[in-house]
Amino acid sequence: MADPFEPKMTAFVCNWCTYAGADLTGTSRIKYQPNVRVIRLPCTGRIDFMMVMKAFSRGSDGVIISGCHPNDCHYTSGNYHARRRWMVFRDLLDFVGIDLRRVTFSWVSAAEGAKWAELVNEATSKVRELGPYKEIQQLAAVGID
Amino acid sequence: MEELRKKASELLAGGAVKVVIGYGKGTGENRRPIFVRAAERAGDLAVDAGCTQNLATYLTKAEVRAMGRMAIVAIPSTLRSILQLAAERQIREEQVLALAVLDGQLRELATFAAVEETVATIPDAISAADRAMIDKLATMSVSERRNFWADELGRCVKCYACRSSCPMCYCERCTMDCNRPQWIPVASHAIGNLEYHMVRAMHLAGRCVECGTCGAACPVGIPVHLLTFYAEESVRRQFGQKGGGSAKLDYAMSTFKPDDKEEFIR
Repeated sequence: MADPFEPKMTAFVCNWCTYAGADLTGTSRIKYQPNVRVIRLPCTGRIDFMMVMKAFSRGSDGVIISGCHPNDCHYTSGNYHARRRWMVFRDLLDFVGIDLRRVTFSWVSAAEGAKWAELVNEATSKVRELGPYKEIQQLAAVGID
Repeated sequence: MEELRKKASELLAGGAVKVVIGYGKGTGENRRPIFVRAAERAGDLAVDAGCTQNLATYLTKAEVRAMGRMAIVAIPSTLRSILQLAAERQIREEQVLALAVLDGQLRELATFAAVEETVATIPDAISAADRAMIDKLATMSVSERRNFWADELGRCVKCYACRSSCPMCYCERCTMDCNRPQWIPVASHAIGNLEYHMVRAMHLAGRCVECGTCGAACPVGIPVHLLTFYAEESVRRQFGQKGGGSAKLDYAMSTFKPDDKEEFIR
């Protein structure tokens, strides 16, 4: 019998809030689904939309993007800029036919270890239900045997 | 248009400008860009319904700038491009003279303020066909849209004509040419093509003047302009800022409001 599908989740998180928040999840001994690969970046402002595109084209089934709450940015305004970019990027993703249910945006502070666990569980379960992202994986596999 | 030819001839003869960027006769009914550098060649200039390419692309080219002060035959989108280039500090007032042809009237616009005034009187509207196409795509399901773009972008040969024809794509170092890291595969490939056109649309969001020259330039007829139009519309709808309205920088993606409204971040 084939193994049940386990999604590959990529999380782009900021160093100052969400990464610390995820750390807190661990030190608090809160269990959450192990499907997520966390990529730490200095700030949400550093999360280029191309990173999200690359995550999908390299085999992610879902993407989580998270950083400091508004007003909490270590660099004052990185998350505000990022938010604007996401607002447009999300529209555009939808327009080119990428399933928005596979992209989760969130603010998780360094104190919200429980929220991080909940976020990962929820996003991962949703993507598990949706199944592998065949549409993009097929596109990426064109010409590769 | 005799008036334009006369004006161009005067400007070149008097040395007020060194080159007139305009439209000339191309194959059949087509019009192509020409660069008139001598008063006696001003007769080559044409103005008619076939003149739809946005010539502002050439304003940022080093070899054109090297000729000296430029006059440019401008349709409405060219005027908006001039403002956007001015806002992004890519062009100075003394470098360019706009010869705007609007409703058969020739208007000489020497200052950005004059261009701004004129642009304010022109309603910006994308063509009815483009509007209908965007609306049609918006009503499709996500998978239908994906199939639509997979079909369209599958034909892309990565000739970069859309990038070259765009007046706002003037960067000397482009993400597309970057190979460390190689963001976009060089070869024409299904996923790389999608990424390429996403990059183009994202980098033009809030700066696109909606001329549609990228789509017209595509040799395989992909409506690539719909992507940039959609990104631009998204910016206008959400932030109330737009490309090509003013010579003062108002780039939505380089600023923010603490109370920008969204509902998807949990």
